[in-house]
Amino acid sequence: MLFCRLATTLGTFDISLDKLSDGELWLAQFFRGLSDGATYASLALALVMIYKSTGFINFAQGSLALLGVYLVYVFSVEQGLPIAVAVVCAMVASALVAMFIERTFIRPFPPNNVLPLVIVTLGLLLIIDSAVGIVWQFRTRSLPSMFSDSAPIQWGIARLTWRTIGNLGAVFVVVGLLYVLMARTKIGLAFRAVSSNLESAQLMGIRVGSTLGFGWALAAAIGTLSGALVVPDLLLEPSVMLRVLIFSLAAAALGGLDSMVGAVLGGLVVGLTRNLLVTFLDLSELALATAVAVILVVLLARPTGFLGTVRRERV
Amino acid sequence: MNFTAMGFKSNQAVADTQNTQDTQDVDLLQCDSEYLKVCGLRAAYGDVGVLHGIDFSVAKGQIAVILGANGAGKTTTLRALTGMVSTEGSIRLAGEELVGEPTAEIVRRGVAHVPQGRGTFGDMSVEENLLVGAFVRNDKQVRSDIAYWYQTFPVLGERRNQPAGSLSGGEQQMLAIARALMLRPSLLLLDEPSLGLAPMVTRFLFEQLKASNAIAGTTMLVVEQNAGLALSVASWAYVLEAGEMVLAGPACELAVNDKVRRAYLGY
Repeated sequence: MLFCRLATTLGTFDISLDKLSDGELWLAQFFRGLSDGATYASLALALVMIYKSTGFINFAQGSLALLGVYLVYVFSVEQGLPIAVAVVCAMVASALVAMFIERTFIRPFPPNNVLPLVIVTLGLLLIIDSAVGIVWQFRTRSLPSMFSDSAPIQWGIARLTWRTIGNLGAVFVVVGLLYVLMARTKIGLAFRAVSSNLESAQLMGIRVGSTLGFGWALAAAIGTLSGALVVPDLLLEPSVMLRVLIFSLAAAALGGLDSMVGAVLGGLVVGLTRNLLVTFLDLSELALATAVAVILVVLLARPTGFLGTVRRERV
Repeated sequence: MNFTAMGFKSNQAVADTQNTQDTQDVDLLQCDSEYLKVCGLRAAYGDVGVLHGIDFSVAKGQIAVILGANGAGKTTTLRALTGMVSTEGSIRLAGEELVGEPTAEIVRRGVAHVPQGRGTFGDMSVEENLLVGAFVRNDKQVRSDIAYWYQTFPVLGERRNQPAGSLSGGEQQMLAIARALMLRPSLLLLDEPSLGLAPMVTRFLFEQLKASNAIAGTTMLVVEQNAGLALSVASWAYVLEAGEMVLAGPACELAVNDKVRRAYLGY
């Protein structure tokens, strides 16, 4: 049995040597990797926002995005709004839901004790996912994309589609807007002060609760956008964001967990490795495992990720 | 029980429960000069009580100092004033009760607190630290205030774009004080500003504090282990021992008090 499996693996490895010389296939997978990477990057950005401000990973981030994507579905397919308008409406709606959740389930817990909060977000993940399943049933639907699947640039099977360009563009626009928000506005200043030193931020008169609520709202809106980017390539069903969340976690960890630029870089690296490894080593069953493998390798070599800050404290 | 009125007074003889009652009665009769008035203040970390019902007050525009050994409860007293530790008793600022208010709301009433260890935002620039200090202000003079602090502490101006975490201990203390005063507070709380600093830097900082007090009339409450220096700038002093106020009086009188001299001045 084991030998059979090994033989098959070696056999496919032979084939992939052929594939390796196929330039068009490389390019095709590279474009797919960019497109996937952009969507992972956007959800990773949402994770990083919460991690930066609170010091914990919000495992419910994928579920909030899932809820957001279903809202996109409701606004676009059921209510007949243009898809771009539907996405904006869903981003606003999911931001409001996230503010409510932060207020009700997160704020009662002391912000400096991380473990209970992580458990709460895990609970929220299960609750939101099942609630979505109950409301919209466990059947698959298809979601329209904001970007067309036609390709302005094409070499054989390698197609650079508007969707890939749109996904990448959306992520860069989000990063740009976040940068301006953080660096140039008063609420951004408050957010960074809370991230930097919670107690000192309070001592400056910053209302930490509402600042964190704002962070949750922003993260949920970005998560919804990432869902709206990725789901059209897949099918809409209640577990669709869970897989995306795992790749996004990998992306965020790669980037260093507290760096927004790192999250984008991490997302692209995970997207590319995933698509290239799966194609050339024929590892489609191990697609999820590649994400974990990438995290392991990078974090072994560089424990703070690409751009994570090394915490130094003067005593 | 009013130290300002009575001068030296041992607090230990008085039952805590009576303290609150007495002070409230006194409050009605007199002392509108007392800007900050604390009665029967108790504070605890979990089950461990740190303050056992202390009374003290600070007059408007005054610099008061609390002396005490390690673990006496000096830091806890300041943390209680800004709502950062669970507190019982009464803290009145200009007659308004602060106990039970969240930290941010107390700060918005004009109480600035420079915590022990300075609490600067290490990954943000010097200038951003000062901007956060003025977070609750909406007036147009924030920029000119920043310019004023760059003039007072030139090293901050030179390093305005560097992360605060890269400054030396003394520079960070200057930044922490300037940042707190960016609030334009009516009451400034300082927790061990001399900790870990060279004596010359400490002296310079205290001179600046005294100048701010004289110019802006900011009421200040300083917690210090460097008793000699603190007594030289303060006009009123308290001595805290094991969570109880044991001495109070004008700073110049406490400076020559035998007990204070032996325990805190070391001669």
